[in-house]
Amino acid sequence: MASSISNWAVEQQETQDREVVFAAQGLTKTYHMGEVDVHALRGVDLELFAGEFVVLLGPSGSGKSTLLNILGGLDVPSSGTVFYRGQQLTEFDDAGLTRYRREHVGFVFQFYNLIPSLTARENVALVTDIAAHPLNPVEALRMVNLVDRQDHFPAQLSGGEQQRVAIARAVAKNPSVLLCDEPTGALDVHTGILVLEAISRINRELGTTTAVITHNAVIADMADRVISISDGKISHVHLNPNKRPASELTW
Amino acid sequence: MLSSLDRKLFRDLSHMKGQSFAIAIVIAAGVATFVNSRTLLHSLELTRSTFYERYRFADVFARVKRAPDMLVDRLQEIPGVSTVESRIVKSVTLDVPGIDEPAVGQLISLPAFRPPRLNQVYLRRGRQLEPSRDDEVLASEAFLIANNIDLGDTIGAIINGRRKELRVVGVAFSPEYVFQIKPGDMLPDPHHFGILWMDHEALSNAFDMDGAFNDIAVGLARGSPVEEVILSVDRLLEPYGGLGAFPRKDQLSNLLLESDIQGLRTTGLIAPTIFLCVAAFLLNVVLTRLTSLQREQIAALKAFGYTNLQIAWHYMKFVLLITAAGGLLGTLGGMWLAHDFTKLFLRVYQYPELVFRVQPNVAVNAMLVAGGAAVLGSFGAIALAVRLPPAEAMRPEPPARYGPTLLERIGLGRLVPNVARMVLRQLERHPIKTTFSLLAISMSVAIVVVGNFIGNSVDKVIQVQFYDVERYDLSLATVEPVSIDAIRELENLPGVYQCEPRRYVASRLRVANRSRRIGIVGLPRDAALMHLKSRTGKYVALPREGMILSKKLASVLNIRAGEKVRVETLQEKRPVADVVVVDLLDDITGLNAYMDIEALNRLMREGPQVSGAMLTANPEFLPAIYKELKETPGVASVTIRQAAIDSFRNTIAKNMLHMRMINLIFAIIIALGVVYNGARISLSERTRELATLRVIGFTRREISTILLGEIGTVTLLGIPFGLLMGYWFSWILTLFLDQEVFRFPFVIANSTYGLAAATVLAASVGSALLVRRKLDHLDLIAVLKSRE
Repeated sequence: MASSISNWAVEQQETQDREVVFAAQGLTKTYHMGEVDVHALRGVDLELFAGEFVVLLGPSGSGKSTLLNILGGLDVPSSGTVFYRGQQLTEFDDAGLTRYRREHVGFVFQFYNLIPSLTARENVALVTDIAAHPLNPVEALRMVNLVDRQDHFPAQLSGGEQQRVAIARAVAKNPSVLLCDEPTGALDVHTGILVLEAISRINRELGTTTAVITHNAVIADMADRVISISDGKISHVHLNPNKRPASELTW
Repeated sequence: MLSSLDRKLFRDLSHMKGQSFAIAIVIAAGVATFVNSRTLLHSLELTRSTFYERYRFADVFARVKRAPDMLVDRLQEIPGVSTVESRIVKSVTLDVPGIDEPAVGQLISLPAFRPPRLNQVYLRRGRQLEPSRDDEVLASEAFLIANNIDLGDTIGAIINGRRKELRVVGVAFSPEYVFQIKPGDMLPDPHHFGILWMDHEALSNAFDMDGAFNDIAVGLARGSPVEEVILSVDRLLEPYGGLGAFPRKDQLSNLLLESDIQGLRTTGLIAPTIFLCVAAFLLNVVLTRLTSLQREQIAALKAFGYTNLQIAWHYMKFVLLITAAGGLLGTLGGMWLAHDFTKLFLRVYQYPELVFRVQPNVAVNAMLVAGGAAVLGSFGAIALAVRLPPAEAMRPEPPARYGPTLLERIGLGRLVPNVARMVLRQLERHPIKTTFSLLAISMSVAIVVVGNFIGNSVDKVIQVQFYDVERYDLSLATVEPVSIDAIRELENLPGVYQCEPRRYVASRLRVANRSRRIGIVGLPRDAALMHLKSRTGKYVALPREGMILSKKLASVLNIRAGEKVRVETLQEKRPVADVVVVDLLDDITGLNAYMDIEALNRLMREGPQVSGAMLTANPEFLPAIYKELKETPGVASVTIRQAAIDSFRNTIAKNMLHMRMINLIFAIIIALGVVYNGARISLSERTRELATLRVIGFTRREISTILLGEIGTVTLLGIPFGLLMGYWFSWILTLFLDQEVFRFPFVIANSTYGLAAATVLAASVGSALLVRRKLDHLDLIAVLKSRE
């Protein structure tokens, strides 16, 4: 009880200090799968703050990916509103959402989704070509320790390396938010740690608001805040003042 | 009971209905062109042989000045001869109601009380000639239709200097005049040329040919040596002014028919081959993609215990179903096309009826050939997929391997933007697929070029023949050679600007053991109304001595410029001389020999004689001139240039337009098939990439560029290559169609290139847009959530 009160106090303080990046109210999302309705989100209220590292924790099917997709402008809620720095995302049309993703959002996926016909550097450059204030592609690769592999094609890189290229590609546009969906889901512990280190380094050095989806509770230890989701609702929010560096994690 | 695997087959088919349809259409086009050309060829050959046989088309023909009837018995005795029919054949000027210009009638005698032994006529309407009536004729249908003449109507004819009204009592067809063309003309002109059959006695009386004939037809016993019979016939007819016997294959109408059939035979297989190659390629590409998408399904089927053969057969059925659908559609389409084309041919050929028979074996052959091409095309893809061990197939395919492109290896990589780089690397990774796509697109461009080249070529023929070579308004031929004074008379007709003489001498040209019966044309050396111009636009000057030969005639006789040819003239005193071939003329039509008219008269050991004239006149005076000529005795035929041009535009030009349309449709089918399938496969292979790019923030337009860039690049590269290919194909076609009757000049208009490029580009853009619409339904999340 005491800890939850202190959490609440810290939260209040944070709220006053830091800019709100995302503000979501009453989000619901219902998919029509044939004749069955799947309620992926059942009323989610959420705020994410500038520069924070948030882990969305939950079992598969809990609705965490749906939430992330809505925040990232890939999907629209059935009801409820989302504001991104004061702009109402839920009012945007397809072209508006495309522009929003292009300018502000960096995505990292479980299966990397690199373009096989482009080298590591070119995959990153793909984004810097269309971004307003991009990093130098080589700089972005340096942040994930892959400068020496920059001329390799995806087929010549390991899974962990491919995921780090994907991270470099996501941050190269200098996004204000970095959204990662199970970034270590397809990786072993060792390479997974390297990937998580890269993500936290970006959060730390560039101040990018970062949200990581995982079902792996261990990863929650490196977050500023852990939001647990189950059955389409936020079940628990947990502040983590003593973050552990990724290198100390194991699973 | 449908097995589960078959059910999967039908679902796969319906899932890929767009692509399956595009391939089926290409197969249909291949089968249709095959069925069309085979059916058409068969029906033309069958129609011809049926008509020839039933109406007893002769084997040898000969014209003579005047031979006594008793000679027929001697001719009959020649070993190998089975039948002889003597006739009177005369060219007369006709005064056709409703037209100013004189027309030419070919009068042919028919025996009374019995059908002719050879070259019988088929009576479509009306009745036979009544013996003893000297004013009745049977007339060729085309002539009657063109001039709107009905049974019972009369036509004025100048017979032996006297005008006579001839009443049409029947509509007739003859195997001798399937292709009704006036000797010396390039194209049929039914307005101004008609065949008229008349009672033998009436004709004989009119031309003072009592007890004599001037034309014979000879039927041979099976297996008789034609050349020997011709020699014997010539020997017998020579004292009576024989103009040289010739075999059926040199008979004008038959020669033209044969030349068309030959053309069809050589070009008929080209189109089906192209289509079926394209279809095989498309099936290969689509099957490669399908089996790669279903890699894990194949592994699972194998794990359950399906044999390789069962799985291969499953995919082969997929191919065969598409082929069968295309084949069926193509067979029906081919029949329809053949029917349509036969009608086109009927506009030109005069057959009483066209024997159009659907041959089941053609359809079966077409299906077999299409099936063979399809199996050949897809076999590799299926074998590759089936051979994969199940454990390996269960694992996802390793990521595609790419490398820097040629452009980058030579150091120009920096110039290329990332998006273009994706496209180029994709293209370079599948060199065979890229090459074939390129070839197929080029082929569709080339088809349009070749199709239109024929049109351009014919336009050029008109230009060269009717404007550059023949520069007169009308030309006429006399029955007998006359003194040059006749030219003065013509010159003095009111409204005549220029008049130049012409002499025509029937001759046999001989070089060693090769010979050809032709007419030598004598022209004034400085003729203004007729220029000798080649199909490539080169003028050849007429020499004071010696002759100019058609290049084709020189190759037939195997003679070169500078060598001598033996000239055996067949008229008057029938002198024989060796004449130097001074130069060759690469002309468009016929086998021709030209000489200075003075040299020709010297060769004939005669004074200044002419057998025809060419003239230009004030158009306002033309009706009066025509009237005058209609009444001038001794004029055998008049040719009006404008009428020839008009007739051309009405028949050949219409057919040509029709062919162009069909070619265009075929080109569009190929372009559509290649581009649509190419884009669909790109989409299938790239869905993941494209979704990723959309997520990153690329707009729809930007990812469309990437999706369509590949096929777009192929199309843009294919077009110029196709234009080049069309150029070469057209050139090769001129070599194939280099015939004695007609030779196409090689000329391709810029508009042809423009049309070809525009057609294929439009078809490509259209099919690309169809695929692009799919991008709007790209499910970004689903794609990213799954493994490839």
